[in-house]
Amino acid sequence: MSLNTGEIEIAELRKLTTFIQEKFDYSFKDYAMSSFRRRIRRILDLYKLQTVDELIQTLNTKEDFFQEFVSELTVNVTEMFRDPTFWRVLREHIIPNIMLNHNKISIWHAGCSSGEEIISMAIVLDEMGILDKAKIVATDIDRSIIAKAKEGRYPIKHMEVNHKNYSRYQGKYSLQKYYTEVGSEAIIDKSLLENVSYRKHDLVQGSVFSKFDLVLCRNVMIYFNQTLQNQVLHRLHESLFKYGYLVIGSKESLIWCDIAHKFIVVNNEEKIYKKIKD
Amino acid sequence: MIKQTHLTDKYKAVVIGGSAGSFQPIVQILSSIPRQFPLPIFLCLHRLKHVRHGFVEALSIKSQKEIAEPLDKESIKKGVVYLAPANYHMAVELGNSISLNTEELINNSRPAIDITFESAAYVYRDKLIGVLLSGANKDGAIGMQRIKQRKGLTIIQNIEESMINAMPMAAKNIVDIDYELKVDEIISFLLKLNELYK
Repeated sequence: MSLNTGEIEIAELRKLTTFIQEKFDYSFKDYAMSSFRRRIRRILDLYKLQTVDELIQTLNTKEDFFQEFVSELTVNVTEMFRDPTFWRVLREHIIPNIMLNHNKISIWHAGCSSGEEIISMAIVLDEMGILDKAKIVATDIDRSIIAKAKEGRYPIKHMEVNHKNYSRYQGKYSLQKYYTEVGSEAIIDKSLLENVSYRKHDLVQGSVFSKFDLVLCRNVMIYFNQTLQNQVLHRLHESLFKYGYLVIGSKESLIWCDIAHKFIVVNNEEKIYKKIKD
Repeated sequence: MIKQTHLTDKYKAVVIGGSAGSFQPIVQILSSIPRQFPLPIFLCLHRLKHVRHGFVEALSIKSQKEIAEPLDKESIKKGVVYLAPANYHMAVELGNSISLNTEELINNSRPAIDITFESAAYVYRDKLIGVLLSGANKDGAIGMQRIKQRKGLTIIQNIEESMINAMPMAAKNIVDIDYELKVDEIISFLLKLNELYK
């Protein structure tokens, strides 16, 4: 580490990712460097560690530190109904299209984080009167964030942005209908989440475990480099039924991936794709 | 004015940050530099998170420059102005591409100028020019510090000229800034650079 700036060098990050791969069998080597470096800097500051070597030492000696490390490393900032216009397209076009040929809908939230997206989805389905027809699977690499997603409790102060998004989505009611305030927390109505199953799953090294009509993987792959984005897209592709839909973040793109031609763009603005080839 | 040592063709990129009161200066700058300006320009302006459209168009009205909100991992091209999209941080990645991310707000902002500046400083080192314009908070100060540490060139908008000077002031308070310039002077510096690359 450069002493005058506290700057972490690439070689140090390589050493760290190699160590983690060998000891814990997690692969971070193809994470996008700019943000990975920032996250590691943040973790050093948070735990008052001076160098990456000290971090490696801590990971090596403190049994349960690795889980904490993963939680701090992964970015868990999200909102309900992020990009309201996307949720409208989902309600007006995508879900009706899927339901045209099916009586059921299966959905995978790949990288579900603290669960705001799952709740948004459940609300959309509920207001369409088809929540009981949905099978929703939510996965994340971080066990503790999954536990949080399951709980469905959010600080009231976070609800303001969620309310704004919901009203831009033009939902049927008020978001208030779906939670109760207890102290400084909003507790989500558990009946919304009855059809959701949660599991720990690593997009980078995990295997394909099921097939879905709709996969949401929004603003997850932006933390990966292009090589890894490409690999992950292969898994997402395998996890979709033919003519199933894939949604990525509004500023992400598939065009650089080698199997881009196996999808067509359904909505470029909201980055909704349809799998057309196995 | 500008020292001879700073008038070179070694630079590889320009980063510009701005907030309240920076829109006019930005429009002035973008309308004054030629379409073939030899460096990529990364523009990080505080903006409403839910308004995804209209900003590029507004900036393009008077400018001949190609102005674009990049997609994640888009390759960097000379002469293009990259505007940080609403509700994303924009970072420069090693290997000549741009990364976007949805990390925490910084200085209450996403996009945050500090992220764009720091990442660009890391990649371009002494070959970066950082420009910080008018604004009401302290975003960009740490970024300017990092540019300076990596031996890049640091420029703030003239404190008196800045409509709201908190942002350039914040940088000035923690960094030994190379130049404090009026918008016209920033433009003439960029135009001189443009000549040097010919």
